[in-house]
Amino acid sequence: MTTSNTPRVTTTTPEPPPLGPEADVRPQSLTDRVQHLLHAQATLGPAAVLLLTVLAFALISPNFLQPANLSLILQQTAVIGTLALGQTLIILTAGIDLSVGSIMVLCSIIMGRLSADLGVPAPVALLVGLASGMACGLFNGFLVTRVKLPPFIVTLGSLNIFFALNLWISRSETIRGADMGDLLLWTGRVVTIGGTRVTYGSILMLVIVAVLAYALHRTQWGRHVYATGDDREAARLAGIRVNRVLLSVYAVAGLVYAVGAWMLIGRIASASPQAGVMDNLDSITAVVLGGTSLFGGRGMIIGTVMGALIVGVCRNGLSLAGVDVLWQNFAVGVLVILAVSLDQWIRKVRR
Amino acid sequence: MTQPTPRTDPAEPAEETVPDPSTTRPVLQARGLVKRYGGVTALAGADLELYPGEILAVIGDNGAGKSSLIKVLSGAIVPDEGEILVDGAPVRLPTPIAAREAGIETVHQSLAVAPSLDIATNLFLGRELRRPGVLGSVLRMLDRARMRAEAARHLDDLGIMTIQNPNQAVETLSGGQRQAVAVARAAAFGNRVVIMDEPTAALGVRESRAVLDLILRVRDKGLPVILISHNMPHVFEIADRVHVQRLGRRIAVLDPSGCAMSDAVAVMTGALDPAELPEGALAGRAAR
Repeated sequence: MTTSNTPRVTTTTPEPPPLGPEADVRPQSLTDRVQHLLHAQATLGPAAVLLLTVLAFALISPNFLQPANLSLILQQTAVIGTLALGQTLIILTAGIDLSVGSIMVLCSIIMGRLSADLGVPAPVALLVGLASGMACGLFNGFLVTRVKLPPFIVTLGSLNIFFALNLWISRSETIRGADMGDLLLWTGRVVTIGGTRVTYGSILMLVIVAVLAYALHRTQWGRHVYATGDDREAARLAGIRVNRVLLSVYAVAGLVYAVGAWMLIGRIASASPQAGVMDNLDSITAVVLGGTSLFGGRGMIIGTVMGALIVGVCRNGLSLAGVDVLWQNFAVGVLVILAVSLDQWIRKVRR
Repeated sequence: MTQPTPRTDPAEPAEETVPDPSTTRPVLQARGLVKRYGGVTALAGADLELYPGEILAVIGDNGAGKSSLIKVLSGAIVPDEGEILVDGAPVRLPTPIAAREAGIETVHQSLAVAPSLDIATNLFLGRELRRPGVLGSVLRMLDRARMRAEAARHLDDLGIMTIQNPNQAVETLSGGQRQAVAVARAAAFGNRVVIMDEPTAALGVRESRAVLDLILRVRDKGLPVILISHNMPHVFEIADRVHVQRLGRRIAVLDPSGCAMSDAVAVMTGALDPAELPEGALAGRAAR
């Protein structure tokens, strides 16, 4: 077989159109532009909502913008915000964690019991508590990656398991903060920054924000978390060890929840087996309000902080205005549904 | 004609680069591959040879074992019997990563890109570059600037000039552009073979045209290509040789310049015995 002289079809066809963004020439309506903007800048929506709620409550109640009240909102937000940070990691992988609150309560009880009743030094009690959170996360991660169960089912089960363990270890009794080592209560202590009283717990939350934001956006691990949540099979074919990424995400989330447990002890100056029961859903609410997509692969840590603040501001503002607690829940519920609808709409962007 | 020289100017029209099988060693070779799924035999002693600088099309009816063959070569499945040789040396490809390490890159039909991540990140997905020094080794910081620059260079290499911004999310690209990103990734990292599974299946006429030209440019850079396609006009336009897979084995290798498209389809479906093909239809017959 030798070189053929038959002319190739390729050589005779004219230059094809370039692989260009031809669709962009079509005129865009205002809604299209808003949709594209929100798609490109995922944190814009939450930021706008946060600003609007703050403005609204500032107009309604004159006390809202007082430094003391703002500091209170920060304290109220720190625990939920921290849980929501761990939850963000899991939702980015297209998972969901219903066991956040249970893991946190279990860890706070472990820390409290070790320190108050067993006389273990506070730093050791803290470390064991943090390790327990990580172990809980690994348990969930193991079931998700090895047994291949859906995260919803896994965490629905472990929610009950961890909560039962919590009741067993605590004997359903609240442990008083006064009986615990000082270190465990450190997160509730207050430092005055520029006239505003801030708890160390709130500062600790901001540190976690910085660490997670760095890990997600500046490291290989972060890129792999996004890729895994975006399209798991694609990530696998691209050579990412998807199961290892998922397992690490659940472990890190568990550790973050345990830090949340530490903050909870400081915030309520005790360890109560019944604390944080509502926190499972509130953490998901904060993540969703922060613009992270429940379908995975899309979202930012800073958005979750804003989402947690939106929940905090709404609850605080409504109670300042003298509105019944049930309407706080109503308002948060409406916000969640609106946020998910918005996410669905933004996701429809194609070219 | 001996070893074909890789062309450097992509604007130069592609002429015949069919290698002479009698004098060149295959870059990639499969011998006697067998793969059974329970009672179903997907591969029944399949062979394949890919020579330097060629585009080898693999055609076959549904169930002929095309995708099993490709999965074996890309490390996605392990054959029950048979061997694979890269540059004449036997290799084992138990995982997709092993195939990549052997220099075999695959563009899957699903493209295997993460839509919400940008082009540069997708090009380097799974083999990201880290910053030099402590930032990279201890803090594990990505070298985004270098990945972006190299991504732009790879896209430029293949003449995908219109994707100007490697920071653009892949989901904002058209189907053809996404295909181009996946091809660019394979071409950038593949140093022996690029396998493309149905690259034009989901594309319109204009985009298919551009992707076919892209495949020719990959070939002209010196990388041999295995092209799996159902689209006979595309196969006959750009392939140097056509491997016909039927009932789990290779039944013929056709020379697209000497074989009618209808004959190829007839061979593929079993309506025509390869022995009855006219003179010059089989690739390599003249060399013997």
